[in-house]
Amino acid sequence: MDILQIGIVIVVLLLLVKPAGSYIYHVFSNESNWTDRMFGPVEKFFYAVIGLRKRSGMSWKTYALSMMATNVVLVAVSYAVLRWMGGLPANPNGTGNMEASLSFNTVISFMTNTNLQHYSGESGMSYLGQMIVITMMMFTSAASGLAVAIAFMRGITRRGDGLGNFFEDFVKAHVRVFLPLALIVTLVLVGLKVPQTLEPTVTVNTLGGAVQHIAMGPVASLESIKHLGTNGGGFFGANSSHPFENPSPLTNVIEILSMWTISAALPYTFGRFANNRKQGWILFSAMMVLFLAFLSLTYVSEKSGNPLINQLGIDASQGSMEGKEVRFGVAQSALFTAVTTAATTGSVNNMHDTLTPLGGLAPLAQMMLNVVFGGKGVGLVNMLMYAILGVFICGLMVGRTPEFLGNKIESREMKLIAVAILAHPLIILAPTAISFLTHLGTDALSNPLYHGLSQSLYEFASSAANNGSGFEGLGDNTVFWNVSTGLVMLLGRYVSIIALLAVAGSLSRKKPVPESIGTFRTDTKLFAGILVGTVLLIGALTFLPVLVLGPIAEFLTM
Amino acid sequence: MNGKRKSMLTGSIVKQALKDSFIKLNPVVMMKNPVMFVVEIGTFVVLLMVLFPGYFNTAGRTGFNLAVFLILWVTVLFANFAEALAEGRGKAQADTLKKTKKESTANKCVGSEIIVVNSTELRKGDIVVVSQGEMIPGDGEVIEGLASVDESAVTGESAPVMKEAGGDFSSVTGGTRVVSDRIKVVITSDPGESFIDRMISLVEGASRQKTPNEIALNTLLTTLTLIFLIVVVTLAPIAEYLGVPLDIPVLIALLVCLIPTTIGGLLSAIGIAGMDRVTQFNVLAMSGKAVEASGDINTMILDKTGTITYGNRMASEFIPVGGAALAETAHWAAVGSLKDGTPEGRSVLELMNKQQLAYDTEVAAGGEFVEFKAETRMSGIDLQDGRHVRKGAVDAVRRWVLAQRGSIPEDLAAKSDAIASEGGTPLAVAVDGKIYGLIHLKDTVKPGMKERFEQLHQMGIKTIMCTGDNPLTAATIAREAGVDEFIAESKPEDKIAVIRREQAEGKLVAMTGDGTNDAPALAQADVGIAMNSGTVAAKEAANMVDLDSDPSKIIEVVAIGKQLLMTRGALTTFSIANDVAKYFAIIPAMFMAAIPQMKALNVMGLGSPLSAILSALIFNAVIIPLLIPLAMKGVRYKPMSSARLLARNLTIYGLGGVIAPFAGIKLIDLVVHLWI
Repeated sequence: MDILQIGIVIVVLLLLVKPAGSYIYHVFSNESNWTDRMFGPVEKFFYAVIGLRKRSGMSWKTYALSMMATNVVLVAVSYAVLRWMGGLPANPNGTGNMEASLSFNTVISFMTNTNLQHYSGESGMSYLGQMIVITMMMFTSAASGLAVAIAFMRGITRRGDGLGNFFEDFVKAHVRVFLPLALIVTLVLVGLKVPQTLEPTVTVNTLGGAVQHIAMGPVASLESIKHLGTNGGGFFGANSSHPFENPSPLTNVIEILSMWTISAALPYTFGRFANNRKQGWILFSAMMVLFLAFLSLTYVSEKSGNPLINQLGIDASQGSMEGKEVRFGVAQSALFTAVTTAATTGSVNNMHDTLTPLGGLAPLAQMMLNVVFGGKGVGLVNMLMYAILGVFICGLMVGRTPEFLGNKIESREMKLIAVAILAHPLIILAPTAISFLTHLGTDALSNPLYHGLSQSLYEFASSAANNGSGFEGLGDNTVFWNVSTGLVMLLGRYVSIIALLAVAGSLSRKKPVPESIGTFRTDTKLFAGILVGTVLLIGALTFLPVLVLGPIAEFLTM
Repeated sequence: MNGKRKSMLTGSIVKQALKDSFIKLNPVVMMKNPVMFVVEIGTFVVLLMVLFPGYFNTAGRTGFNLAVFLILWVTVLFANFAEALAEGRGKAQADTLKKTKKESTANKCVGSEIIVVNSTELRKGDIVVVSQGEMIPGDGEVIEGLASVDESAVTGESAPVMKEAGGDFSSVTGGTRVVSDRIKVVITSDPGESFIDRMISLVEGASRQKTPNEIALNTLLTTLTLIFLIVVVTLAPIAEYLGVPLDIPVLIALLVCLIPTTIGGLLSAIGIAGMDRVTQFNVLAMSGKAVEASGDINTMILDKTGTITYGNRMASEFIPVGGAALAETAHWAAVGSLKDGTPEGRSVLELMNKQQLAYDTEVAAGGEFVEFKAETRMSGIDLQDGRHVRKGAVDAVRRWVLAQRGSIPEDLAAKSDAIASEGGTPLAVAVDGKIYGLIHLKDTVKPGMKERFEQLHQMGIKTIMCTGDNPLTAATIAREAGVDEFIAESKPEDKIAVIRREQAEGKLVAMTGDGTNDAPALAQADVGIAMNSGTVAAKEAANMVDLDSDPSKIIEVVAIGKQLLMTRGALTTFSIANDVAKYFAIIPAMFMAAIPQMKALNVMGLGSPLSAILSALIFNAVIIPLLIPLAMKGVRYKPMSSARLLARNLTIYGLGGVIAPFAGIKLIDLVVHLWI
């Protein structure tokens, strides 16, 4: 039954990949197609408003700068709102202004598509904040990420003028992808009993005579974009385990597919851009192989339960149910956990802190790799980076200087990739190590020893991968954690984006190398194997020592 | 090819390399190789701990630390040794070249006088006279006379070559010796810039620059080193918090095992050895970049004549016409060629032998040979009995026969057209007023060329043949040899056009050439190989010079380029794949003392934590010298499709790279565990 539940979701995803991937391709290929008729007029209106008449292609620098500038403006506006929201309208619950370091963390968190929440939605955020900061950034950060991924694809496949026009991509991502999809998913969720209201918290007298405050609000609209945009920040502190955010197994499946589909479809979109669909499927299958391995690890580990509890003679036939919702069970929880950390969404329908050690290792590892589907575009771009790396190392073995999709990989690209590939372990391991050197860090840990290490490691891995989920036991609303994770999120997002846009820019200017029988082919099963091998050897081995000291030591000593 | 440059490893080279590996320990030199530099720093830190155990509070572990220090030190020395060895082979070659650069005197012409000067005083533009037995004092061009020159000092080929003023055989190299006659030479290079000087600095490695791919690979290796540095440095405070104490030498051991020391130590040796292999092949590459580029070649442009075919049209068949017997036709063809020294004439007699046809030499006795002339387009013999034998172009012979009121056989035109349509050249044979038949002259493809083009196909390289012949002849040869494209009636500028066309499609083009009019195309090509017998202009435009002047060698040069890149890729893959086993050796060993359950990760069942760490380190060190032969010789290369090549190399160096260290470390541990 469990396997069937998981299997059905995966099969539905596989069926969605091709149509979704083709749709995204049509949206961004800038060739006239049927999506123009539907959305063209709306876009023309926006272009007129922002004065974007000539939508000419941009160099990688202009593209990166445009994205950064847009993000900076949004950050500034949102920061102001959070700091003064106490006095602003749409605040029926009378929520106060947010503290400076927490505002910094929250704004960065949502702009970088991380959605790490050091505040609790019910008490710390006004409805205005939920709508024009949180929900707005859920759209804009996802659109920024998608735009970058598309620009990267255009660059390395040399389709179009330069890398394209950021503002055009940004508008299109909203108008043709996220807004219509969010509208549909919101309506479906409302139909499935997710609240959508501007009424304040309901206060009721329970049968037992106690007074209960039931928090509500515009939940469904946030819930849809939270997953579609792989954002993950919950309306409520309990995120998608809260019955108003995720009331039933059906909404659970809808949320899983909402966050997974676009990320999983992007390899196919890439195949369309590269005029080689097989190439897209090869990338997809490399991601899927890794995903299935991590999903199995979590599922098997959770299913076999916690040995310490099993020893007490408590019925373990359901598996380890600590921190899980009864309506989801182990299968739906394991799948949600694997998907939310693969697609770097960060919403949770169970508490990751209480996963068994190896069950918790899988989400941690997926965030450390950050290539298994990944958030809006990031996963694909990172996977392509590993593809270039794999080509560089193995491509030499066919006796030619390495080339990927007809692009020669030379010193300049390797330097830029070096920056991106160095940044990830640095911003996870260095702050984790620092957090153990100071009481500011160790005081937040709610567990001793190995699980404590996992808590800190998870927090920074989640920040660096722009995931946003947490090992919730961590007392993280302090200046130290707000600022450190804020910086990690910033670096995690923008360093690799800029470096990889530069790679795309550099490749797009190269003269393409024609293919011959002597060319190293990257659309074969063998290459899928090379890709997985490269990810594991270079990506995973980096984190092995800390993983051994964290989850693996916890597992062995249990 | 008796004079191939030998590059044996002699005792003196090894001795010198051992010495150099210590000299190279100088940190300023080491800094150029970031991977090994990190190892050297680690070695130094451990040394300090061995020397001042009190200060570092490591008194109880001096024995282990000393072992770590020694292994790390040997690791650095091994890497240095690999590089020094590769350099040593080049230096040995340079030394033999330097011997030819002895001081000599030159007979310089000043006005009408000849004065004797030291050869080092010669400058560009000076004119010297070189006579029999004298050494040519510098690179130059013959402007007067003709001489045979012994170039064995440069080419290793002992047979002397002819040099004459004008044409494509006018360039001479300083240090070679005139063995007959006397020539006047204008010097074309200043002292220190001559061909031999450049050759010496090239093989010595003095002018060696890192190639683009080497730079990119170095970036990757440096990045990996930095990543593992981050891993190891951050591990210390985390482990400290968990109550798992880690000694600095153990952390350094982990770092050294994880960073790609194998490829880091062998990278420059691979590059030097690749250049060296080209040199051993008697091809002089002006830069490593050219060797690397030759591995990437997509298109190869080859001259038909001299490269693909022998270039001489040879008799392949006698075809009687007008009812003449075959023996009759052959007989007169042979008589007409008896005194003909041209290759065509000789080939007629060879064909007679081959077909075991007899002819009467008596007939020609005392006859008078008629030379081929451009106006008559015929040659032949006027016999003593008054008969005139002629062979030559069909229409010329026809006119000659008609002029003598002879008759033209009806089948002549059809048969000669048939030969022409196959790309051959028909020669008519006539005696006075009667045409006896035709000789089918044919260009022949050199043996083995067809197979080589087949190999090039498998490598995915397109071949283009250039020839001055008419399209028909060109097509026939192209078909016989198996080249992909041909350019008939080609002019020198056609070659540049083809190169530009191919390059515009993003392809890399290689070509060979020798004449001055080849120079622009040689310069335009990505890999241009000039023949040593060619002109100075050609040699200067090219980025490789073939000392044996064998244009078909370009194919081997491509193979060497590919082999160089493959060796680099194979050892990089091997080096990175090794990390898996090293992790499984060191990680449990590091933590086992504090967390006994870590024993579960000790999958190799290594004896003790200390022996596990030392075994991994020893494996890491000894794998470098074990792979030196591979780095020097290059991985085996057989032309095959990239997919098969990749699958093969990935199995050997990727999978092998994962498995080999498991076995190696386990074996070493069995020995090391006897002590610890």
